[in-house]
Amino acid sequence: MSVTLAPKVSAAPRLTRQARKHRHLLWTVAAAVLILALTYVLPPFRNYQLATVGAYLCVTAGLTVLTGLNGQLSLGHGALMATGAYTVAMVQEKLSGRGQWTLLVAVLAGIAVATLAGGIVGLAAARLRGPYLAGLTLAVAVVVPAVASTFDKTFNSDQGLSVYVDPPPLALGATFPYERWQAWLAWAGALITVFGLATLVSGRFGRSLRAVRDDEAAARIAGVNVARTQVLAFVVSAACAGLGGGLFAVLAQSVSPGAFPLSLSLFLVMAIVIGGLGRLAGAVWGAVLLVALPALTHSVTDSIDVSPAVAQRLEGNLPLALFGITLIIVMLAAPGGIASLRPRRRKA
Amino acid sequence: MDRFVFLTFDGLSRGAVYAAFALALVLIWRATRIVNFAQGAMAVATAYVGYSVSAATGSYWLGFVVAVLGGLALGAVTERVVMRFVDHSSHLNGVVVALGLVLVIQGVLGMIYGNEFRPAEAPFSRDAFTVGGIALLSRFDLFVFGAVFVVVALLAALFTRTSVGLRMRASAFAPDVSRLLGVNVGGMLTLGWALAAGVGSLAGMLVLPTELGLHPNAMDIVFVSSFTAAVVGGLDSTIGAVAGGLIVGLLLSYVSGYLGATVAPIAVLILLVVVLLGRPGGLFSRSAARAV
Repeated sequence: MSVTLAPKVSAAPRLTRQARKHRHLLWTVAAAVLILALTYVLPPFRNYQLATVGAYLCVTAGLTVLTGLNGQLSLGHGALMATGAYTVAMVQEKLSGRGQWTLLVAVLAGIAVATLAGGIVGLAAARLRGPYLAGLTLAVAVVVPAVASTFDKTFNSDQGLSVYVDPPPLALGATFPYERWQAWLAWAGALITVFGLATLVSGRFGRSLRAVRDDEAAARIAGVNVARTQVLAFVVSAACAGLGGGLFAVLAQSVSPGAFPLSLSLFLVMAIVIGGLGRLAGAVWGAVLLVALPALTHSVTDSIDVSPAVAQRLEGNLPLALFGITLIIVMLAAPGGIASLRPRRRKA
Repeated sequence: MDRFVFLTFDGLSRGAVYAAFALALVLIWRATRIVNFAQGAMAVATAYVGYSVSAATGSYWLGFVVAVLGGLALGAVTERVVMRFVDHSSHLNGVVVALGLVLVIQGVLGMIYGNEFRPAEAPFSRDAFTVGGIALLSRFDLFVFGAVFVVVALLAALFTRTSVGLRMRASAFAPDVSRLLGVNVGGMLTLGWALAAGVGSLAGMLVLPTELGLHPNAMDIVFVSSFTAAVVGGLDSTIGAVAGGLIVGLLLSYVSGYLGATVAPIAVLILLVVVLLGRPGGLFSRSAARAV
C-alpha cells in the first residue's frame, strides 16, 4: 500500500524576508500617499474623523496581533490606552512650549509606560487562559476611574488633565488647517505601527504567535518558548495601545477616565472580531467601523424628528446596541467561531 | 474597635450579595464552561424592570418578584436564543458573545431609561441597630442575609435532594451519557441558565440600594468583585463561591473603611491577581493533575 504525502511546497516560490519587507513598504507608501491626498480633499471635520480612525488603527492593529494571532483575549486595552494618554498629558505639561519635538518625546514616553504596564499584565496573562484572562483584563479596565480618583493629586480624578498641543509648524503656512495636522500626526503613528507589525508577524515571531494560538503543546515541542511568546505579544500590543491612547490625548487635547470606559475596551474587541480576526486588514476595517458607526447613528438621530433629550439618549446608546448585535451575529454566523473567520489565503 | 465591628458586619452583608452573584457565575460555569460576562448587565436590566413595576404599582415587593422572575425568563431566553448556538471550539467565543450581550443590554437600557443614576430605594431601613453604642446591622442587612441564605439553601436542596437536580448535575458532568440515559440535556441547560440569572437578578436587587443607584453600568464593579469571589473560591465550587464572596465583601469593606472607597476596586484587582497567580484553582482547590 503506497501512501502519497501531499506536497507541502507551494506552487509559487515563497517570498524572501527582504521581498516581504519591500511589499509592506510599498503598501505603506501607497497608503501614506492616499491619506495625504485625502487630507487635502476632506473638510476639517472629516479630517478629524480620519485622524480618529488613525488613532484607533494603532490600537486595533496591536489587539489583532494579540487576540487574532496569539489567541489571548484582552478586555483591558482601554486601560492601556489610558496609560499612554495620561503619560502624554503629563509629559506635555512639563515640556510644553519648547517646540514640536516635545510631542514626539511625550508620545514615546506614553508608549514606554504603556509597554511597561502591558508587560506586567502580560506576565500574569501568560499563565492564564480563556475566561480567567478575560476576567483579569476586565478588572484592569474597570479599575481606571478608581486609580484616577485615588491618586487625584496626579490625575485630577474625574475632570482629568488637559493636553497642551502645539499648533502646526509655521513652515507649513500660517493658514494650515489644524485638523489636517492632526490627521497627519495620527496617520504617521498608524502607518508606522501597521508597517512594523506586518513586518514583525510575517517572520519567525508571527509563526510562533500562531503556533502558540493553535496548539500550545505542539508549539512547545517544536521549540517555541510559549510563555515568552505570550508575554511578548502582550508587550507589543500594549505598546500599540499606548501609542493609540497618546494620539487620542493629542486629538482630544484632554484626558479623563470618562474617555476610557469599559465599553471602549469592548468596542475594540468588537472591532477586530467584526473586521476579521488574525488579519491586519481586519484591524483597518475595525478602526473605520469604530468611527463610522457612531457617526452614522448620529446622522440618523439627527434626521428623525424627536425631542433633544430622546435624541441624546439615542445617540449615546444606539451605537452600543448596534455594535453588540453585530458582534453576536458575527460570532454565531461563523460556525467555526473566531478561527474560521481567518481566511485561508495560501493554499498549502 | 467600634469601627472594626461595624465594618465586619457591613462586609459580611456585602459579601453575602457577592456570594449569591458568584454562585450564579459558578452555576453556569459548571454546566457550560462559560463565564457569563453578561450576568451584571442582565441583573441591571431586570432591576430596571423591577423598579419600573414598583414605581407604577407603588409596591416594592411586586417589583422585587417581577425582577427575580424576569431574571429567570431572561436567563432562559439568553440560553435558548443565543448561548446554545455558540461554538465551543475556542473558549474565546463564549466570552465574546457575552460581551456582545453586555453592549446590547446597556445600549437598550440607556435608550429607554437614559444614562443618569436613578434612585434604587431599599425595602427596609438601612440605619444600623446599635448595641451598647456599637453600630452593628441594619434591617436591610438582615434581609440580605435572610434572602441569600434562603437562596443557597434552596439551591443546595435542589441539587442534592431532587431528581431534577440530579439530572442537571448529570448533564453538566457527562452530557453525552446523560442524553443516552434519557435526560433532556438541552432543557437542563436552559433551566441552569434561568436559575443562575434569577439568582443574579436577586443579587442585583440586594446590592443596588447600597450602591449609587440604578445605572446601565451599575453592576460593572459588582461583576468584577463577584468574578473575583468566584475565582477565590474556585470557579467549580459552590461552597467556594459563598466563602469567596464573604472574603471579598470583608476585604472591600475594610479597604473602603480604612483607606477610602476609591481604593476598593484596586484592592479587588490585586486580590484577583494574587489568587490567579498563586492558586489559580481557588483557595480551596486540591492540587490538580497538570493540564497539558
